[in-house]
Amino acid sequence: MLAPGRAKPKPTPETRHFWNGAKEGKLLLQRCGDTGRAYFPPRPFSPYTGSRNVSVFEASGRARLYSYVIHQRPVPGFTPPYAIAVVELEEGPRMMTNIIGCEQTPEALVLDMPLEVAFEPLDEEITLPLFRPLAKGGA
Amino acid sequence: MIKPGEIAVVGAAESTKIGAVPELSQIGLHADAALNAMADAGLKPTDIDGLACVGPMMPQQVAHYLGVTPKWVDGTGVGGCSFMLHVRHAAAAIHAGYCTTVLITHGESGKSRVGATPRPPEPESLAGQFEMPYGPFGPPTLFPIPVLRFMKTYGVTDEDLATVAVVQREWAGKNPRAMYGDPITVADVLNSRMIAYPMRILECCLVTDGGGALILTSADRAKDFPQKPVYILGTGESVESTMVSQMEDFTSSRAFRVAGPTAMQAAGVSHADVDHLMVYDAFAHLPLYGLEDLGFVGRGEAAAFIREGNTRPGGKLPLNTNGGGLSYTHTGMYGMFALQESVRQMRGTAPAQVEGAEIGVCHGVGGMFSASGTVVFGNRRP
Repeated sequence: MLAPGRAKPKPTPETRHFWNGAKEGKLLLQRCGDTGRAYFPPRPFSPYTGSRNVSVFEASGRARLYSYVIHQRPVPGFTPPYAIAVVELEEGPRMMTNIIGCEQTPEALVLDMPLEVAFEPLDEEITLPLFRPLAKGGA
Repeated sequence: MIKPGEIAVVGAAESTKIGAVPELSQIGLHADAALNAMADAGLKPTDIDGLACVGPMMPQQVAHYLGVTPKWVDGTGVGGCSFMLHVRHAAAAIHAGYCTTVLITHGESGKSRVGATPRPPEPESLAGQFEMPYGPFGPPTLFPIPVLRFMKTYGVTDEDLATVAVVQREWAGKNPRAMYGDPITVADVLNSRMIAYPMRILECCLVTDGGGALILTSADRAKDFPQKPVYILGTGESVESTMVSQMEDFTSSRAFRVAGPTAMQAAGVSHADVDHLMVYDAFAHLPLYGLEDLGFVGRGEAAAFIREGNTRPGGKLPLNTNGGGLSYTHTGMYGMFALQESVRQMRGTAPAQVEGAEIGVCHGVGGMFSASGTVVFGNRRP
């Protein structure tokens, strides 16, 4: 269980499938049926074409570290320094997250390093997708 | 289609004091700046028939407080560049005949927080669901999110980022109203307190109280006003996303790439024509993105352009000549202050006046690369 104090997301009808998936340990993305391109955050139509012909699918969970900051000041639920990161998923979309299992330093957080998703419950209702360095040989 | 120079700025002023102004509330700062701008233009509240300020519910508060009866209002609120959009919308409204004399106001008690509007992220919003749980805490933790990717892509160093702050402090040193004017070195910046790696405190904007106001009318009427008219040659606007993590390209702002060129093309000016440039600098990386996205330099060339002194006093493209959000003032929505400096430069009254400046570009950002507005000014009607 994550330390208490983080801002808690409040799912909407359009995003509930994502949060239900996270609770089951699945990273769910959506795909545009016209172009085949994956997208995030969730919405019931394609941001590429405006088509409602879309589907939900489970992502591989593999990503690379795309960019980040390391915050130096205390925030409820976090112990500084902590990185606020953006990862690029293997399927293309990017998402904000935290990197766990890794020192929160510029030396340890190398851009483009391979990562994998790790689900951490915030409470009984919400589980957050976080990312950790990909185990050696896991690629 | 509106032509370059059909609309002009005939009144412009900041609040009497900027920096720490705990004796005025947020609406008081709006009013103080508005009264100063009306005095500058020789107008009374009853002469104003159009009003724009950042909503929600602010146009009616400001109108009632000042005693203005508008027949055109705009409460566009897309962050710190909202005022560039107000200028654009006001120019169109005057051109369309909806009103003749527009007042645009800004007031923000950013430091003292007297009567300030809270801006809580809603937990149901997409940012509330997909960014806030990961520990962002205000702009210093969000705006710099793309910077490391920009730095890796173009080989930009910590020293390059620090140089942006150093050069702007040089301009601020010429401006008695700047909050900080003492010279700083690259080492001073790099040794200053780390806020959110890679951003040190001297690479983050100030947090101040202040206000500003502009008055626009048609160019035909502008010649009857006491101040030298500053003509609006072209404008542009766009938005991208409220979520910095979802910007299309971490090395470039899509909103910048729409707003900037739209304004330049409408004005019919080339980069070589531009004598003076303002790029809203909430953080030290903003001028790098602005210079590249507006096409003043090629991709990856902005850091070297600044390092080589081109934007310094005496350089070929004077940039952020009031000292910017990093050293002059930053209430939270700095765009109004960038516009004020552009107007001063076009009038020839800036503390650090660029000699002979005739064309100025003022480029704003709203949110974390989430919106953009650009205004091209000139001091001669084409």
